[in-house]
Amino acid sequence: MRTIRIGSGAGYSGDRIEPAVELAEKGDVQYLVFECLGERTVALAQQARMKNPDGGYDPLLEERIRAVLPTCAARGIKIVTNMGAANPVAAAHKTAEIASSLGLPSLKIAAIIGDDVLDACKERDLPIMEFDGTIKQLGNRLLSANAYLGAEPIAEALTGGADIVITGRASDPALFLATMIHAFDWAIDDWNLLGQGTVAGHLLECAGQVTGGYFADPGYKDVPDLARLGFPIGEVGEDGSLVVTKVAGSGGAVTAQTCKEQLLYEVHDPTRYLQPDVTADFSKVRVEEIARDRVRVGGGCGTERPATLKVSVGYVDSYIGEGQISYAGPGSLARGRLALEIVRERLKLTGVAASELRFDLIGVDALHGANLAARASEPYEVRVRVAGRTENLREAVRIGNEVETLYTNGPAAGGGVFKSARDVVAVASVLLPRELARPQVRFVGV
Amino acid sequence: MKLREIAHSRTGDKGNTSNISVIAYDETHYALLLAQVTSARVKAHFAGVVEGEVVRYELPNIAALNFVMTQTLGGGVTRSLALDAHGKSLSSALLDLEIGPASDNE
Repeated sequence: MRTIRIGSGAGYSGDRIEPAVELAEKGDVQYLVFECLGERTVALAQQARMKNPDGGYDPLLEERIRAVLPTCAARGIKIVTNMGAANPVAAAHKTAEIASSLGLPSLKIAAIIGDDVLDACKERDLPIMEFDGTIKQLGNRLLSANAYLGAEPIAEALTGGADIVITGRASDPALFLATMIHAFDWAIDDWNLLGQGTVAGHLLECAGQVTGGYFADPGYKDVPDLARLGFPIGEVGEDGSLVVTKVAGSGGAVTAQTCKEQLLYEVHDPTRYLQPDVTADFSKVRVEEIARDRVRVGGGCGTERPATLKVSVGYVDSYIGEGQISYAGPGSLARGRLALEIVRERLKLTGVAASELRFDLIGVDALHGANLAARASEPYEVRVRVAGRTENLREAVRIGNEVETLYTNGPAAGGGVFKSARDVVAVASVLLPRELARPQVRFVGV
Repeated sequence: MKLREIAHSRTGDKGNTSNISVIAYDETHYALLLAQVTSARVKAHFAGVVEGEVVRYELPNIAALNFVMTQTLGGGVTRSLALDAHGKSLSSALLDLEIGPASDNE
């Protein structure tokens, strides 16, 4: 049976660089996939593109591509990535330029376009899933609308001879699924195969999160050598069989436990994991350790793909102002509480227009609120944190200022003030009939 | 004993919804999880955090439960005022849940 080995070179935009180099050099992989596009990253990239028409792609693209391209080119390893963000064509041109500068001018580079569905969404004034409202009601706060594209156009690019495929918004598992569809010529309506392929893609998409990253809990779940965490390799057979592993000698661990945690990561109903390519079913998945750092994961299946594509809509939501200050030693908790009371009253007295406010004591109740914190004993130090939502930057700045003035006006011995004010680009979702998104493959000449 | 003694967990986020997996270290403890880690208990444990509903999905093949909690992330990860906007630390809070002996199963 034919088998391919797919490496996962990044699990988010800022991820470590060198594990991907290790995969290219020692992983015996045929494909290297970089998932670098967070939920709101496309919206932020769209803002960057509005300022610079040649921008709007992942800021680390050059560093990542330069690090792996010589090895990938020498070994024929194909690269698939969503680092195109809001501008896959510009990212492809940039990649071609990098290839030339490395003396690799013959590489074929493809951009996938068509995820930008802003116009189609506006025309239909689609309802927003997360809150009452429609696309049009966002008015001039609307920044972007990008559909989660599936594996088909990526597979088409690979079959067309692409050495590097660069997408914008695409489903994360689809980046991996595309390599399987291409390598094994899977039918795009073989729902069970696509469902199992989605299991593989889902396990690999967050890179280190399946090899022992984001897992260690000393004394309960110990993981060796996290500073040199190895990124995962999926060995996928043409029947969909999957073994998750990593480069021998790298840090971390691939175990049944790490695979189970990642299998359910960001999953809701496990029988209906909605993807552009398939409605995947994880409920029958089996996980089995077959050797050290080798875990077999099977039993993924699926049903027909949804008739709609999820579209991520970026918009300017609000502004957030924030201030922090620390108290320590005996009585620190009481002084921290007093500081919060003072700021609460000051924001009222001075008429700061905030639609939502939050008063936290970091080290006490900031993460899970007062109920869960009630049983804990008093900490040595606390950090006061006040955050509020406002309609403009000027009001947001005033929130941090009211924390800062605690220096000379508040409780004794407060230190280490930090303040910030920022605009908030948020994302919401709409569902678009899938035929209204028209993905295309565009090869970029060097 | 604490849930932490028999299970591990990871939180994921989508919009304003958080999901928390609860996975038995030893598959024989799955029945204990089924009996004692109910949606109602999870919702009560996260009073003041979860403003929506808690739905439990069961995965007997991997001895795991998956809790989906709506209206939990301060209006959504990308706009939340919270220090941990993703709610990533919630899994550790759930592992603090008290678990009785098997005979306490309802």
